[in-house]
Amino acid sequence: MYRYDQYDHQIVKERVAQYRDQVRRRLSNELAEDEFRILRLQNGLYMQRHAYMLRIAVPYGLLSAPQVRKFAHIARKYDRGYGHFTTRQNIQFNWIKLEESPDILAELATVEMHAIQTSGNCIRNITSDELAGVAADEVIDPRPYAEILREWSTFHPEFAYLPRKFKIAINGSEEDRAATAVHDIGLAMARNPAGDIGFRVMVGGGMGRTPIIGSVIREFLPWQHALTYLEAILRVYNQHGRRDNIYKARIKILVKAIGAEEFARQVEAEWIDIKDGPGTLTVEELQRVAQYFTAPAYETLPATDTGFETRKAEDKAFANWIKRNVKAHKVAGYAAVILSLKKTGVPPGDLTADQLDFVADLSERYSFGEVRVTHEQNLVLADVKQSELFALWQEAKAQGLATPNIGLLTDIICCPGGDFCSLANAKSIPIAQAIAEKFDNIDFQHDIGDIELNISGCINACGHHHIGNIGILGVDKDGAEWYQVSIGGAQGNNTSIGKIIGPSFSAHQMPAVIERLLDVYVKQRTEDERFIDTVQRIGVAPFKEFVYATPILLDQPHGEDACV
Amino acid sequence: MPVSNSEIIKNRAVVADDWTVLRLSEGDTADSVTIPAGKVILPLAVWQARRTELQGRTPLGVWLNSDAQADAIKDDLEQFEVIGINFPIFTDGRGYSIAFNLRTRYGYAGELRAIGDVLRDQLFYMQRVGFNAFAVRADKNIHDALKGLTDFSEKYQASWDEKTPLFRRVQRQPVTQD
Repeated sequence: MYRYDQYDHQIVKERVAQYRDQVRRRLSNELAEDEFRILRLQNGLYMQRHAYMLRIAVPYGLLSAPQVRKFAHIARKYDRGYGHFTTRQNIQFNWIKLEESPDILAELATVEMHAIQTSGNCIRNITSDELAGVAADEVIDPRPYAEILREWSTFHPEFAYLPRKFKIAINGSEEDRAATAVHDIGLAMARNPAGDIGFRVMVGGGMGRTPIIGSVIREFLPWQHALTYLEAILRVYNQHGRRDNIYKARIKILVKAIGAEEFARQVEAEWIDIKDGPGTLTVEELQRVAQYFTAPAYETLPATDTGFETRKAEDKAFANWIKRNVKAHKVAGYAAVILSLKKTGVPPGDLTADQLDFVADLSERYSFGEVRVTHEQNLVLADVKQSELFALWQEAKAQGLATPNIGLLTDIICCPGGDFCSLANAKSIPIAQAIAEKFDNIDFQHDIGDIELNISGCINACGHHHIGNIGILGVDKDGAEWYQVSIGGAQGNNTSIGKIIGPSFSAHQMPAVIERLLDVYVKQRTEDERFIDTVQRIGVAPFKEFVYATPILLDQPHGEDACV
Repeated sequence: MPVSNSEIIKNRAVVADDWTVLRLSEGDTADSVTIPAGKVILPLAVWQARRTELQGRTPLGVWLNSDAQADAIKDDLEQFEVIGINFPIFTDGRGYSIAFNLRTRYGYAGELRAIGDVLRDQLFYMQRVGFNAFAVRADKNIHDALKGLTDFSEKYQASWDEKTPLFRRVQRQPVTQD
C-alpha cells in the first residue's frame, strides 16, 4: 500500500500544527465558533448529539496493521473503546474531546494517517473498490489513480470552499463495487479500442434529498488528463453551483438544471486552457505511485487446495461462510475474505478496540498485514491462502467477525442515526438490530439470498437507503420517529433508485414490514431470481398491496404503537 | 458588513493602505453614486455604468463580488492598479476561481486584493490562487493573520503561486520504513 515520503509527512505534520493552533485560538476565543466550525469540519471534527465525533480518512479504504492498531489505541485512550466504519470507507470515533483532538491527529500522523477533508464543503475522501488489486474481474487496478487523486485533492487551494461536499469514487473492475453512479464524480476505468487506459467520467450522481444517477459526460478520458479534467469540472461547479440553498447546492442539481450536455460543454471550455498543462500526469508519476501497489509475495499454489475442499464438504457452517464471505482472487490458491461487522446485537460497522487489535494481528498472520474497509461497512483481508481459510474462520468466529451474512439480509448498511448524529430525524441502529434479531436464522437468510437492506436516519442518506434493494429512511412526523420504506434500489452496474411503497411505519412495525416484503418475494420469485430481480420484474405494486393489506400486528405489542 | 482596516497585508507584509473601497449603500445606484477623489476601488457595476467618464483616470481600482466572472473585466485589465475580489462570507469559495482565472487565463499581473470577510485561516489558499493583497477583517489582528500565509511549506498541486505540481518539481522517493 502507499507509504508516505518526506513530502507527505511534511504536509500532514504542518496540518497538525495548523490545527493545534486553530484549537488554541478557539479555546481562547480568538476564533468564533462559526469561524472555527468550518476549520474543524475540514479536519473531520463534528459536534454531534453528545460529544465531538472525529472522522479519520482511510484513503480508498486501505489500511495497514499498525494503522488498525492505532485505531484501537485511539478507541481506548480517547474514546469509549470502539470505532465505527462508515460508508465512505472511513472510521469515526464518537466521544472525542476537542482539547485532545490535536493529539489524536499527531498520533495518527505517526502511522501516516490524518483526518483531512473528511468533512466540509471540499473534496472528500476518495473511495474505491475494496477488492482493488485482487479481484478476479479487475480490468485495471484503480489504487494508483486513487492515490494520485488523494494527493491532488488534498488542500487544493481553489476547491476548499465549494458550494457543498464533493465525493469522488473510482472503480477498475467489470463489476462496480464503488457505487460510482451515485457520486459527484464517478470514474470507471476502461481501455479504449487502442488499449489505452482511461476513465469513463460520470458527474452529478448522488443520494440525499434528491437522488440522481450520474450522467456520463465523457466516454473516455485518457488517464494523463485525469487531474486537469477534474479541475475543469470543479471550477465550473465552484463558480456556478447554487449557494443560496444548501439543499440545492450539490453538483447534481447544477448538472440537472443545465443538462449534462451543456455541463460537459462548459467543462470542455474550461479545460481548453489547462489541458496538456503542467497538471497533466506523467508516466513517471504513475510509476512512482504504482510501485506501492505491486503484488505481495504470493506463493505458487494450486488453484484449489484439497484440504480446504475437504473441510468445506464436511463442515456446513464453514461452507456457508465460504459461500458468502469469501470472494474470488486473481491469484491461484488465494481468496479475499470479508470479515462481517454485522453480527446481530452489534451496531453495523462498529468494532471494539480489542477487535481492532485482533484484526490487525489476523491481517499480519494471514494477509500480508493489510486490511480494507468496504462501503458496506465490513472489513476485507484481501490475500488469504485457501489452505488457511479454515484456521482464519475459526479465529474470526471466536471474535464475532465471521457471521456468514455478506450480501444477505442482516448485512445491513446503517448510518449511526439518532443515537449519535445531530442531523438524524430518527434512530437507525435499533431498527437494524430489531430486523437482524428477527431474521437471525442463517438458513433462512441463505434461502432469501442476495439482498441489500440499507437504513438512513435522515434524508442525507449516509446509509445509502436509495440504493438498497430495501431502503429504510427515518423521518420525523410531529416529533415522532417514523420510517419510510422503498424497494428496488440497487448499487453496482445497474444502479437504480428505490421507489417508496407508501406511508411510513413506526419503529416497532419495521421487522414485520420486512417480513411481508420477503413473503411477497418468496411467493413470486422464480428459481434463482434475486429479490431485486423479482421487484424489477413484477414492480412495486404487489409488495405495496401486501404490506398495507392488513394491520401489522406485532409479536410483542408495544402499547399504542401495537398496530396500524 | 465587514469594514476595512487602514492596513492591509501586501506581498507578505503589513503596510498602510491609502485606497478607498467604494461600496454602494442603500439608495445608491451605480449611475449616481458620488465617486470620491483619490485612490478608489470601484464596484464592478460602477465601472461598467461609467466607463466613459472614468476612462483614463489613474490610479483606479475595481472590485468584483463573488458572483461575478473574471471575464467581466478581461478587456479592461490595463485600466486598474488594483483588482479586489469580495468575500461576502469567508465560506464563499467563488472568489478563488475568479482570482485563478484573472491570473492564469487573462494574465492580470497587478495587485489582486481579497476584501470582505477575509480571515487568517483562508489566506494560505488565497495566495495560492493569485491574491497578493489581503484586507483582513477589521476586528481581527492583521499581524496574527500574516502567520496564515506560511501554514504550509509544501503543496501537492499546481496553482498560480506554484506553476508545477509536486510530481514534476521534485524527485520523490519512499522514506525508509521504521
